[in-house]
Amino acid sequence: MAERDYSRPDPDELLRSLKKEEEKLEKGKLKLFFGMCAGVGKTYAMLSEARESVGKGVDVVIGYVETHNRMETAELVLGLEVVPRKKFEYRGTMLEEMDIDAVLARKPKVVLVDELAHTNAPGSRHARRYQDVLEILDNGIDVYTTLNVQHLESRADTVAQITGSVVRETVPDSIFEAADDIKVIDIPPDELLKRLKEGKVYTAERSRQAVANFFKEGNLSALREMSLRMTAERVDRQIREYRRGQRISSTWKSGQRLIAAISPSPHSVSVIRWARRVSYTMDASWVVVYVDQSDKLTDEQRDQLAKNIKLARELGGEVVTTSGIDIAESLIRVAREQNASQILVGKPDRFLFSRAARLIDDLMQKSRDLDIYIVAQEQASRRRLSSLLPRPQSSLFQYAGAAAAVLVTALICFPLQDYVGYRPVSFILLLVVTLLPLKFGPGPTVLAAATGALSWDFLFIPPRYTLSINNLEDTFLATMFFIVAAVTGVLSARVRKRERIIRQREQRTSALFALTKELSSAHSQDEVVLAAVENIKKYFDAEVVVILADTEGEMNSSAHRASSFLPDSKEFSVAAWVYWNEKKAGKNTDTLPFASATYFPMSGPRYTLGVIGVKLISDSELSFDQETLLENFVSQITSAIERELLNDVNRKSIVVAESERLYKTLFNSISHEFRTPIATIMGLSENLHSSQSDVGNQKSEIDEIHLAAERLNRLVANLLDMTRLESGMIKPRLDWCDVRDIVNRALKNLERELDRHEVSVDIADSVPLMRLDFGLVEQALSNLIHNAALHTPPGTDIMVRGYLEGDDTCVISVADNGPGLQKEDINKIFEKFYRAQNGKSGGTGLGLTIARGFVEAHHGTIIARNRTEGGAEFVVKLPVSGNTGEQSLEKP
Amino acid sequence: MESNGFISRAAGTGKEGVIKAASERPALIILDLGLPDIDGVDVLKKIREWSEVPVLVLSVRDSESDIVACLDAGADDYLTKPFRTGELLARVRNALRHRVSLQEETVFKVRDVQVDLSARTVKKGSEIVKLTATEYALLALFVRNAGRVLTHNYILAQVWGPTFAGESQYTRVYVGQLRKKIEADPSNPKIILTESGIGYRLYIEPEGG
Repeated sequence: MAERDYSRPDPDELLRSLKKEEEKLEKGKLKLFFGMCAGVGKTYAMLSEARESVGKGVDVVIGYVETHNRMETAELVLGLEVVPRKKFEYRGTMLEEMDIDAVLARKPKVVLVDELAHTNAPGSRHARRYQDVLEILDNGIDVYTTLNVQHLESRADTVAQITGSVVRETVPDSIFEAADDIKVIDIPPDELLKRLKEGKVYTAERSRQAVANFFKEGNLSALREMSLRMTAERVDRQIREYRRGQRISSTWKSGQRLIAAISPSPHSVSVIRWARRVSYTMDASWVVVYVDQSDKLTDEQRDQLAKNIKLARELGGEVVTTSGIDIAESLIRVAREQNASQILVGKPDRFLFSRAARLIDDLMQKSRDLDIYIVAQEQASRRRLSSLLPRPQSSLFQYAGAAAAVLVTALICFPLQDYVGYRPVSFILLLVVTLLPLKFGPGPTVLAAATGALSWDFLFIPPRYTLSINNLEDTFLATMFFIVAAVTGVLSARVRKRERIIRQREQRTSALFALTKELSSAHSQDEVVLAAVENIKKYFDAEVVVILADTEGEMNSSAHRASSFLPDSKEFSVAAWVYWNEKKAGKNTDTLPFASATYFPMSGPRYTLGVIGVKLISDSELSFDQETLLENFVSQITSAIERELLNDVNRKSIVVAESERLYKTLFNSISHEFRTPIATIMGLSENLHSSQSDVGNQKSEIDEIHLAAERLNRLVANLLDMTRLESGMIKPRLDWCDVRDIVNRALKNLERELDRHEVSVDIADSVPLMRLDFGLVEQALSNLIHNAALHTPPGTDIMVRGYLEGDDTCVISVADNGPGLQKEDINKIFEKFYRAQNGKSGGTGLGLTIARGFVEAHHGTIIARNRTEGGAEFVVKLPVSGNTGEQSLEKP
Repeated sequence: MESNGFISRAAGTGKEGVIKAASERPALIILDLGLPDIDGVDVLKKIREWSEVPVLVLSVRDSESDIVACLDAGADDYLTKPFRTGELLARVRNALRHRVSLQEETVFKVRDVQVDLSARTVKKGSEIVKLTATEYALLALFVRNAGRVLTHNYILAQVWGPTFAGESQYTRVYVGQLRKKIEADPSNPKIILTESGIGYRLYIEPEGG
C-alpha cells in the first residue's frame, strides 16, 4: 500500500461528471420526412409514426403541425399533446409560431415540427424554423420534421428552372446531411394529381390554380426523380462510409479538395452550389475563396458578398478570404496552401476585355497542374446582370477633379510659354499627372493624362487653339507625353493600391498584436476584461459589454464593471441565449436580430466563459474582414480569461494543499509531543514495576501511575480523533479489508479492558472483502466494544456480529446483555461530551461521537437501541457498494 | 535500554541522526517519525543509501501511511506509541537476530505448524496440510521473514509480481484461505497476525519461550 495522493479526484466522481457532460453533449436525433412536394403525405406519415411511438410509451408532443384543414391529418392530431403556439402581433395581424421556449421547458423525448423550411414571423428568436429545430436538437430532444425537395438550398435553382417559380424559403443542405434518419414519402404523380382533384390537398379553387401552375405531371416527375436521387445518393454515401469501417472521423475522406472563387456578384451563387454538388459526388472537401482587392464595394455588392459567404457556410464549405491584387495568383496560392487540386470559377458573360475573362486566361497560364472548372451562370442569376457591370471605382467627382487639376495647371502655364517656349510646359503637366495618383485612382489618372496631352496640344503647340499639329516632332512628343503620363499614373496608382492593402493588413495585424500584448500582460480577470473592452472600443468604434460566467457555470446577472454600456433586461436575455447556445446572436445575425448589439459567446474548451456584446456607434454593419477580426479578438480574449480562471483555480488549490499540509504537520507533531511523554511514563513505570522489590506500597503506587498514564493516553487519542473529525480532514484511505480481521484487531487491543467479559464473535461467511479504512473502522469498533465493557457489570456477555443485509449493506453489531440504555440517553448518546445518566467514570464522552464520525466518513450509519432480550446494541451499517474483492479475483 | 545491556546514543534531529548513524555505526537504529527538521522517511532513505543497519520506526497511531512508506523504504519493523518497554526490547532483539541469521533455515516451526522449505511441505501437528502453489509461496515468504512486518505491497510484489501493487484484495483473500488451513481458530489468528492498515506479520515465539 503505497502512499496515495488523496487530493486526486475520486474516479467515481470524475466518471459521474463526465457522464453529465456527455448527457449535455448528447444531441437529439433528427428524423426527416422527405417528399417531392406538398400533398404527398409527409405530415400524415409523421403523425402516424408519432402515434405509434406514443403507443409504445414514448413521450411525444406536437411543437407545430399544420393540418391545412385536411381531414385525415386533423384526425391524427387528436389525442397527441400539443404545445401551445406563441402568438405575435405584427402590423396588425396575429401570427402564430412554435413556442420554442415552451418546447424546451416541456422537454419531451420527441417533438414534431412541421415544415422545416418555414420562415418565422418577425420578432421570433430565430429567423428560420430550421434554426429552432437545431436549437431543440442541441438540447437533446429528438425532432420529427417534414421537408420538400425544392426547399433544399442546393436544389432551389434547379427547381426554379424546372417549375418556373422561384423558391424563397430554403434550408441549408447540411441539415439534410445531418439528419439521423430520412424517410422518403413517395407517391406516383398521377396519384397525387388524383388526390388534388379530390380536394384532399387544397380546396377546390386552390387546387385548380395549383394544377395549372406547379403540379404539372412533368414537373412532378422531375421533382420526384430529384428527391429519390438525393436520398439514393445519401444511402450510397452511407454504404461507402460503412465499408470504410468509419475508421476516420472526419466527414471528408477522399483527401480531395477543391476551391471555388467567389466575388461580390450574384454569379457566385451558382459557383458555390456547383462546388457543393461536385464535392459531394467527388467526396471532396471544398473551400470558398474571396480575394479582397481592397476595392471599395457598393452597399449592394457588400450585401451580395455577405450572402455568398453565408450560403457557402450553410452548404458546408469552408470560407477563406485573402487579399491580393492579382486574383489568379492569389487563387493559386490559396489552392497550394489548402492542398487543393481543382479551382472552380464562374464563366464570364463577356469575353472581350472583361476582368473575368482575363482572370480565366491568367489562371490557365499560371495554374500548371491544377484543374480549372469554369461554371456557367444559371438562368436565375443572369436576370440580375445589371448590377454586375464593372462599376467605376472612382466617382465622377474624382474624374472631374483630375481633369480640372490638369486644366488649371495648363492655364497657369499659359503666360509662361512666351518666356520659355511651349515644350517645357509639357514637363510641368507631366509632373502634375504623375502626382495625381496620390489622390486619385488609375481611371482619373488616365483621363488626366489624356486631358494633359490634349490641352497641351490645344493651348500650346502651334497652331494654337486647334488640335492639329504641324510638325512631326510635336506629334511624336504629344503622343509620348500621353503614353508616359498614362503609364506613370497607372503604375503609381497600382503601387498605391498595393500599399493600401498592405497597410490594412498591417493594421489588422497590429490591432491583434496590441490586443494580445495587453491581454498577456494583464494579471487578473478584471484587467483582461478591461483590456478587452478598451481594445474593441478603439478598433471598432463600438460600445462593449462583457458578461462573465460565475463559478457555478451560470451567467452572471450583471455586466462586468469595465463594460462601456449596460444592457437592459431584454438585451440580457439575448446574451443569456448566446451564453447557453454558444452561438452569436443579436444585431446583424439571424438570431434575435432586434437586439441593439451583437453578442459573441466566449466558448472555452469545457464551458462558455461569458458573452461579449458589441454595439457599433455608427449603427453600420461590420465588413467581413472586420467581423473576422472581431471574432479573432473574441477568441483571444476568451483564452486570456480562461488563462486567468485556471490561474485562480491553481492558486486556490495551492492554498488548500498548503493548509492541508500545515494541518497534517501540526497534527502529527502535537500527536508526537503528547504521546512521547506518555510513552516514557508508561514504559518507565512498567520497568519500575518489574525491577522494584515491593517495598511498602510502592508497587501499587507504580500501578496507579501506569493506569493514569494509560487513561491519559486514551484521552489524548480521543481528543486528537475528535479534532480530526471536526476539522473535516478525515479522508478514509480505502483499501480492501476483511471485517473479521478488523474485529480481531479491535478485540486484541482491548484485551485487558475485556478480561472480565465474555466476548463472542460471529461474522457470517457471506460478508465479503470491503473497501474500508482499516484504522478508522477498527477505531470505531474499538470504541463501541470498549463502551460496552465500560457500561456493563463484569461477567456480562459482549457479542460482535457481522452479516449482510440485502446485497449492499454490511451490518456490524456490538451487543451486550447488561442493563441496557436509558430512554433519554438513546437519542443523545452520540453527542459530543454526552455521558450516560448512570455513567461510570472512565469515559470521556467522546468515544461514541468518534465512532459515529468514522462510520459516517464511510457513508455508513450507526444507531443505538435496546435489545428486546435485554441489554444495549450498537448497530453499524456500511455500504458494500458493489465493490467486493472476490469478483475481480482470479487465480494468478 | 541501558538497563537491558544496550548502549544508546540519542540524536535530536533527523540530520543529526543521519550523521550519527554514519559516525557511530550503531547495530540498530530506532527512528522516531516525529522529527523537528526533516521527514522520517527521508532520514531512512538517506541511511539506506549506504547502510543495511536494522531500523525500527516509532510512530503514533493514525500515521499508517508514513509507517508503510518507511517499511517500503527498507525499515525493518515499527512500533506505535505508546508501547511497552518489553515490546520494544522484543522487537529490537528480533530485528538484531534477523540480521544475524539471514541464512535460510530449512525447517521452521511456529506454534504447531512446521514448514520445511527444502521439502516444500507444511505440517500442522502431524498432519500434512495441502496448500496451493500461491498459498505455499505466501507462507514461505512469511516464514523467511518471520517476525518482520510485511506490507501488502511487498507481499504482492514478492508473490504475485510488481504489477499487482495496490491490489491488496489478493493478500486479504489468500491470507484468509491460509489461515483456514493452518490456524487453530481462523477468526482469532495466532500465526499470521494482522497489522492494522499496514500488512501482516508471522508470529515468532519470544526468545527462550
